[in-house]
Amino acid sequence: MDQKNNETGGDGVDRRKFLKCMAWVGTGMVWTMRGGVLSSRVFGADAAGAAEPGDFTFVQISDSHIGFAKEPNKDVTGTLKLAIDRINALNSRPDLLIHTGDLTHLSKAAEFDTVDQVLKGAKVGERFYVPGEHDVFADDARAYVERYGKGTKGLGWHSYTHRGVHFVGLVNVANLKPGGLGTLGAEQLDWLKKDLEGLGNSTPLVVYAHVPLWTIYPKWGWGTEDSAAALELMKRFAAVTVLNGHIHQVMQKTEGNVTFHTGRSTAFPQPEPGKAESPGPIKNVAANKLRGMLGLSEVKYAQTQHTLAVVDATLE
Amino acid sequence: MPRMVLLAAAGAGACGGGCQPIPGSDPRGSAAVNGERPLALQSEVPAPQTRQISIDNFTFSPAQLTVPAGSTVVWVNHDDVPHTVVSNAKAFASKALDTDDKFVHVFTAAGTYPYFCSVHPHMTGQIIVK
Repeated sequence: MDQKNNETGGDGVDRRKFLKCMAWVGTGMVWTMRGGVLSSRVFGADAAGAAEPGDFTFVQISDSHIGFAKEPNKDVTGTLKLAIDRINALNSRPDLLIHTGDLTHLSKAAEFDTVDQVLKGAKVGERFYVPGEHDVFADDARAYVERYGKGTKGLGWHSYTHRGVHFVGLVNVANLKPGGLGTLGAEQLDWLKKDLEGLGNSTPLVVYAHVPLWTIYPKWGWGTEDSAAALELMKRFAAVTVLNGHIHQVMQKTEGNVTFHTGRSTAFPQPEPGKAESPGPIKNVAANKLRGMLGLSEVKYAQTQHTLAVVDATLE
Repeated sequence: MPRMVLLAAAGAGACGGGCQPIPGSDPRGSAAVNGERPLALQSEVPAPQTRQISIDNFTFSPAQLTVPAGSTVVWVNHDDVPHTVVSNAKAFASKALDTDDKFVHVFTAAGTYPYFCSVHPHMTGQIIVK
């Protein structure tokens, strides 16, 4: 897909205007960085050209906060189900479902039960999780680790290679220091170093964690204090995609070889950094506007180009 | 000695409903009679208090609080997001406090007790016990 096709879509429709319109009706879009040009297309549409045998997709959902029952969303289970419906309606079945944390609101067993029950309905290959701070409230995170810790280290960090793409799930919500931000810690960084050691520079990396691994707004705790040490270990890789949650809104930036992306919540939106007294749910959302502020992300991997394209969709 | 007057008044208040003082157990009596208590009573040690710290917009308010030893501090979470109250030195730690939940801790020993919210660590506060 070149830039020209991208702009006009080959059908005479101005792609920018079209996307603006589609975004308004809640259809997501994909942003692909190729040759320094940001391109976009509609959520759920097939990638440009025929899919190659090595191509695959995976989905990211985040911040489901099961157990939350206040304004602006008294049915967070319902909106999580909507997100799963969107996944199940995709043209191609995602190989993986990644939940980037805050599955629950208060780490209660019944909340985790509900999450499991709803996610069971997702037509995906495998499911992976990293905890958010709301999942590790009780009993030193035992409730989380008992359910999702199998085959992981620490409080749930893990890695695997899927069809040539190396995935790393990191935990940055435990053992936090007073006055600090999210933390990975020396033990996890040491593990990460060893985990990446054997990989060639051309291996695409997908790294996910709950709290953003880039500093978005430290005043609200939106960053990870030792993320630079982790990113240093990834510098030699040609393409790194970092997926986070926590801030309940889409933000993206590219820095060299690394694309940072935060996904929407399936439960409630939060204010833009600094646009409110504090983080927390935006309460005064009209009922018919809420779904447009919640969502999920689909990531497509094109093997021939070694590119990953992130598609954000709302639940509208 | 305003302190003695205060205590006497408090004692009278506690018993004011017509309860019968048990001989020898009345603090006023023992203070006045055996001559050992007045020293403590005359000292400037303030009486323990019960003070409240409110959690609003991801902030402990007041962020710094000074109380006499023996005081009770009650934290109340007014946010829609759960928080915790955890001493940096692990002297005390609350469970997750959902909206309107309270955490109560009695500070018996003098000292400085910095604390934070263990899930939103940019939220910090300090209790000074004198």
